Amino acid sequence: MSSLEEPLGFDKLPSMSTIDRIQRFSAGACRPTVDDMGMGNCWIEGRGCSTSNSSDEDYEEYKGEAFPWRRHVRDASDGEAFNRRAKSLSKNRMKFGHVCKSRNLPDQHYSSKCTERGTRSITNKFLNGIPKFVKIVEVGPRDGLQNEKNIVPTSVKVELIRRLVSSGLPVVEATSFVSPKWVPQLADAKDVMKAVCDIEDARLPVLTPNVKGFEAAVAAGAKEVAIFASASESFSKSNINCSIEESLARYRAVCLAAKEHSVPVRGYVSCVVGCPVEGTIPPSKVAYVAKELYDMGCFEISLGDTIGVGTPGTVIPMLEAVMAVVPAEKLAVHFHDTYGQSLPNILISLQMGISTVDSSVAGLGGCPYAKGASGNVATEDVVYMLNGLGVKTNVDLAKLMLAGEFISNHLGRQSGSKTAVALCRVTADASKI
Amino acid sequence: MIAARRLDKISRLMGSRATPSAFLKAFNKESLLWTESLNPKVRLLGNDDGDAVRFSTYHYSSNCNHSPTNKVLRNLPAHVKIVEVGPRDGLQNEKEIVPTSTKVQLIKMLVSSGLTVVEATSFVSPKWVPQLADAKDVMDAIQNIQGARFPVLTPNLKGFEAAVSAGAKEVAIFASASESFSKSNINCSIEDSLARFRDVVSAAREISLPVRGYVSCVVGCPVEGIVPPSKVAYVAKQLFDMGCSEISLGDTIGVGTPGTVIPMLENVMNFVPIDNLAVHFHDTYGQALSNILTSLQMGISNVDSSVSGLGGCPYAKGGSGNVATEDVVYMLNGLGIETNVDLEKLLLAGDFICKHLRRPPSSKTAVALSSKKANSKL
Repeated sequence: MSSLEEPLGFDKLPSMSTIDRIQRFSAGACRPTVDDMGMGNCWIEGRGCSTSNSSDEDYEEYKGEAFPWRRHVRDASDGEAFNRRAKSLSKNRMKFGHVCKSRNLPDQHYSSKCTERGTRSITNKFLNGIPKFVKIVEVGPRDGLQNEKNIVPTSVKVELIRRLVSSGLPVVEATSFVSPKWVPQLADAKDVMKAVCDIEDARLPVLTPNVKGFEAAVAAGAKEVAIFASASESFSKSNINCSIEESLARYRAVCLAAKEHSVPVRGYVSCVVGCPVEGTIPPSKVAYVAKELYDMGCFEISLGDTIGVGTPGTVIPMLEAVMAVVPAEKLAVHFHDTYGQSLPNILISLQMGISTVDSSVAGLGGCPYAKGASGNVATEDVVYMLNGLGVKTNVDLAKLMLAGEFISNHLGRQSGSKTAVALCRVTADASKI
Repeated sequence: MIAARRLDKISRLMGSRATPSAFLKAFNKESLLWTESLNPKVRLLGNDDGDAVRFSTYHYSSNCNHSPTNKVLRNLPAHVKIVEVGPRDGLQNEKEIVPTSTKVQLIKMLVSSGLTVVEATSFVSPKWVPQLADAKDVMDAIQNIQGARFPVLTPNLKGFEAAVSAGAKEVAIFASASESFSKSNINCSIEDSLARFRDVVSAAREISLPVRGYVSCVVGCPVEGIVPPSKVAYVAKQLFDMGCSEISLGDTIGVGTPGTVIPMLENVMNFVPIDNLAVHFHDTYGQALSNILTSLQMGISNVDSSVSGLGGCPYAKGGSGNVATEDVVYMLNGLGIETNVDLEKLLLAGDFICKHLRRPPSSKTAVALSSKKANSKL
């Protein structure tokens, strides 16, 4: 599927006759005359799709396609504007699912009509190794909300989880059984688990720091847990008050108990690139901890760039070291967007064969190490990119955006997802007219 | 709570001995050949607890070549030229008109950070772009700045002549790969615009002035939707054939992803040598850096960006526009790619203009690093 179908808000752009009104809402709008052209990327004034001067047949074929950004007459009434847009997003998503099939792009749903004649084989070595399906592990309700200043009511958390599940996310980290002394934001873990126990369409892992937390989780109905070790000794000590080895010993006990209950365990490794205390973390250290977690029984190891400092230059050696001791299909990447680097890091991880990506709806969860800075990468932005790469995720971006909008409204702030902001703003402008 | 304790401890540890830039260097100067065999230079920091904390700064020898061990990064260029468009593309999209002196100061700070190409202004009629009505004054004020080139936008021959008489030594022209966008943005068809630009390029050639050609809507158009790669290639070729020394391919509404960028680049590269191509991605959907990475993997070595992400998107109000130079430099540093840009000085330039505009930078790197600086003062 082309990611071009995503900004479907454009299909709700007002008809030509109302385009002037859009002008007034758009920054930088200007109106050129023939003699004196306006320049830059201003949206000047709307004109209809005039006849192209091009005689390129392929181009004509493109024009014949129903592209999502073509304007058409919009229905009146904005009462349900966003929901309608969201519906049209999903509807058009299916409609355009088969729009284009390039013979050169594996798993892209492009129609062969759209393929440019004379295009070289684009199966492009950079996209060749990318998995056909990526599992997104949604960590918003846990990793996101645990970093929020304000405590979110249980009912809101539960509603968020439900909306996330309904968007198609296969795994949604629901909460954490860490002591409320340390993470008061998730003190209602038990209540949350109770409220989501009927959900069947997704897995709902929970964090457990030790056997005690594990037992509480299982008693509350958890069917999957996650444990959290660090590749940095200093961070381990400051974060969970014990050395790496001590934490691994604790987790072996958790894994043992989990095995007895047939509860799968996911292992997190934090500080896989850098540590706020130690600086650069050797890839070998990350590989060591990852291997330990894997050997003790974790079915999946999520590698977290806790302070978001990684770039492809540092991520690749780290992944190579880990992949030497843990199979790629058992690995997940958990990048933070503190320096804006998470999407390129995710891209190269995919190129290296990783097929599980952690992200947080609306980019919930700031960075505790750089006040005001962003933290988790936004699920919407990840899905947008994966859609554009033709990678299946099972996620409906429109529904996901609704979930993001829901929690952002509750928190009283703009979404941390650029995709969400772009799509909402465009459609909001359109709906004002 | 843990987060607060962590922050306190980090703030104490950071102190003044581990400045954000040192911190940054530790992460940024990662070599792709970095292995356990490299001996880290370990600097021990004392802290209030009396414990020595290892703050490893890994030093890489200048012989460290960047030949990547991994196929994914094998063909990356060793050097990338960043074309800074903040003063033009950035400021022209700002609601507020920035005073000439502020613009000039910004340009000076950008040049001092090592940027070698800074798009200074635009000779478009002030009726349409009032933000850049002081083009002549800006050009006057930067005449003596050495060490960088200052291309200016010129929509037609009239603009070109005004630019030259104001002292411009390089110009840029702007065509679209989308017919509808061309008509709505510059009120003429693609072919008509190309005819206009041929006049500009002709005139430029007579006085040996280089011309840069922009192609807008290289992935998608707000009116037409998907733009065929062949169309982009056509326009790029026309601009190149008429004499443009560099063609900058712009994803005007930021909708591209590697899946759409790659076919577009492949098509264009059939007709324009890769060294003459630049990429100009917008970060409206957060996709710019991954698109840039993809472009680098394809061999592109010229990247447009805007300090602090100046210049929002006129199509999605509140949406971001240009990709932030600081974020690009951070990534390129991490890839071991030379840019000649000093990130610290670039941050100062961004800080300067953002203070003037009274808003935080749209660069995550800038936000993260200034927060570090603030914390370390504790």
